[in-house]
Amino acid sequence: MRSQLEGSQAVARAVALCRPQVIAAYPISPQTHIVESLSDRVRTGELAGCEYLLVDSEFSAMSACIGASAAGARSYTATSSQGLLFMAEALFNTSGLGLPVVMTLANRAIGAPINIWNDHSDAMAMRDSGWIQLYAESNQEAVDLHVQAFRLAESLSVPVMVCMDGFVLTHAFEEVDLPTQEQVDAFLPPFVPQQLLDPDDPVTIGAMVGPEAFAEVKYLVHATQVAALDEVPAIAADFERAFGRDSGGLLKRYRLEDAETVVVALGSVLGTIEDVVDSLRDDGFRIGVLGITCFRPWPHDEVRAALGDATRVVVVERAFAVGAGGIVGQNVRDATRGLPVVVQDVVAGLGGRPITRTSLRGLFEDVVADRLDASHLHFLDLDVELVQRELARSRARRRSGPHAEHMLRDLGTVASGTPHGGG
Amino acid sequence: MPFQEIKLYQAGTFVAGNRLLDPEQRSVQARTGRSNSLTSGHRACQGCGEALGARYVLDAAMRATDGKLVAVNSTGCLEVFSTPYPESSWQLPWLHSLFGNGPAVASGVAAALRATGRDDSRVVGQAGDGGTVDIGFGALSGMFERNDDVLFVCYDNEGYMNTGVQRSGATPPGAATATTKALGPEPGNVFGQGKFVPLIAMAHEIPYVATATVAELRDLEYKVEKAMSFHGARYLHVFVPCPLGWRAAAADTIKLARLAKESGVFPVFEAEHGEVTEVSRIRRQVPVEEYLRPQGRYAHLFGDPGRPDVVARIQARADRNIARFGLLGEGDE
Ligand SMILES: Cc1ncc(C[n+]2csc(CCOP(=O)(O)OP(=O)(O)O)c2C)c(N)n1
Ligand code: SF4
Ligand SMILES: [Mg+2]
Repeated sequence: MRSQLEGSQAVARAVALCRPQVIAAYPISPQTHIVESLSDRVRTGELAGCEYLLVDSEFSAMSACIGASAAGARSYTATSSQGLLFMAEALFNTSGLGLPVVMTLANRAIGAPINIWNDHSDAMAMRDSGWIQLYAESNQEAVDLHVQAFRLAESLSVPVMVCMDGFVLTHAFEEVDLPTQEQVDAFLPPFVPQQLLDPDDPVTIGAMVGPEAFAEVKYLVHATQVAALDEVPAIAADFERAFGRDSGGLLKRYRLEDAETVVVALGSVLGTIEDVVDSLRDDGFRIGVLGITCFRPWPHDEVRAALGDATRVVVVERAFAVGAGGIVGQNVRDATRGLPVVVQDVVAGLGGRPITRTSLRGLFEDVVADRLDASHLHFLDLDVELVQRELARSRARRRSGPHAEHMLRDLGTVASGTPHGGG
Repeated sequence: MPFQEIKLYQAGTFVAGNRLLDPEQRSVQARTGRSNSLTSGHRACQGCGEALGARYVLDAAMRATDGKLVAVNSTGCLEVFSTPYPESSWQLPWLHSLFGNGPAVASGVAAALRATGRDDSRVVGQAGDGGTVDIGFGALSGMFERNDDVLFVCYDNEGYMNTGVQRSGATPPGAATATTKALGPEPGNVFGQGKFVPLIAMAHEIPYVATATVAELRDLEYKVEKAMSFHGARYLHVFVPCPLGWRAAAADTIKLARLAKESGVFPVFEAEHGEVTEVSRIRRQVPVEEYLRPQGRYAHLFGDPGRPDVVARIQARADRNIARFGLLGEGDE
């Protein structure tokens, strides 16, 4: 059924259609509308038989999901940013134990400075936590990825994180085609756990493992993720057969035929990038886009194949490894090792900074003209003068005070602009 | 404790042999049908109070639930000495996740059992004092406040034993640990404000809170069975001497637990919905010194010249417990 819906509402409905049995969540912007809506659905009985735990923290949220999943319940949570980091220890535990918890991550920047707006630094910080990470380009895809995520998680006994850009998607009203309960039931069988806390057949879960088998247990976690490289496209193909929509999968290829330059990105920015690429194509540039839907596991071979004919790749990402460089870029460079291709890392859209068509067009023109130095990390629309003025202030006085305040004062912004109800 | 009136023939001990009791009054441990939930072969130190306490708690809970029990365990000695794979000592479904999340994991298990229509099965969460009163405290308070159907048991050995006997929020003043050594002008742990979690649990007005020691094991079993007769959040705080961490003789575990109670250092009581309902009275009061002296962690208080001032302050704390809980009041015991 097609309806005009806020992204969060659409995702909450999709999650409800997947019949989670335990939800444990803690509010944080911009995830709040999702968990509020699910709370309503449990209270009204629409989501029958589901237990909703109003936990004391994100750490407890993920911990409750761990207990619930091990006790045989389909378990779900949602969070953002600081909340994801507060879960960090439990995230690794979920994947190490092989528990198929599904989570929505409404992507948001990580402080300090505290900032509620979108970027990918939360998801990227946890990229090696053993969770599968799927990135939605649109609200329709966010809906579809959730339905697929439960099936994927349970088929491999692995936790899955569906990433959707905070505010950009969670708070955007778009037309979304929601599946029916019958469709979802036919696609997603009831949860049959691989391991179960069962008094009639007691098992010990989570005991200590020493050097004699630790590497092998961890290897299996890796092997399961690698198996997901087959399972993700298989489930997406099944989904297309059942729902008539191409959603999910490992990669999105856009105008890659004969492309010399390829833009790599993930999440909602792909739409804007595709528009810019269309206009560049109109002007005769041989440029295309490779969207990464599945970032973990990393589809190394598929990325390599998709970029095999390109001579220039520019990775536009909403996060970076401080002191090192691009994160997705590093993975792309690894996938293209030995190929005659130059990979550029461009950090864009941090902390909610809009990624505009104009800026992207300028960037791509620079890339195509080989004006970008590939040995550097680039920041799109960085206010270099603002940075330099602050560096000068720091040099002038040892106790110069907090950077963030100075820079906002410099810009003439009085307060940091966090709206009420945010945070 | 509504137990059968018995005559005590042995002087100096307050333990009645099972053979003196009617069969239905005998301890769970004395029954052939006991579950041995934490079975033999584990790696606890000789005389470990925590191993003893856990065995009694879980077997009693298993009996109370007719074997329909799931245990959740935080990281700590109990988790480590009862595993590693494949030599698990657990004969009930058992889940260990992390150090600080036991109560939340247990809440999740309880929710799952309800959601999947298996609410005839119940959940016990268990942790050391560190996992309960320090790192797991937020999760514990959340579980209490939501009144989730979990019995959470703290095995209080007054320190982080698993990592080598460091101070925890439950380490008593004056005690030497690896991070509060008997060094400097104020040797041993500081006199802080104290953090007696049973009282904090009561402030949540949860259905049932009790304390117990491994000196009175039938009382411990009774409290577990009573706890399992309630639904909602329940808390049991068990005093479990640790011979290794306390530098005490392995054979003195029960004695020390008894002296902790008889000196007033550790009050033993029950509370329902925030009100104290029963107190185990001191039968033969002893000065705290009698409890402190056998423990190496307090040795610096008794050297030459020793620290009688510190011992006096510890005595004052015990006296405060005695007054607050009425531990010496007119009783039937
Ligand atoms: C997050 C985290 N911090 C620290 C540790 C190290 N650690 C493991 S067990 C433990 C102490 C356990 O103390 P307690 O809960 O009192 O149990 P005990 O071993 O004394 O029975 C510590 C500090 C850990 N495993 N995880
Ligand atoms: S260190 Fe203490 S708590 Fe740990 S096993 Fe030994 S006696 Fe038991
Ligand atoms: Mg301890």
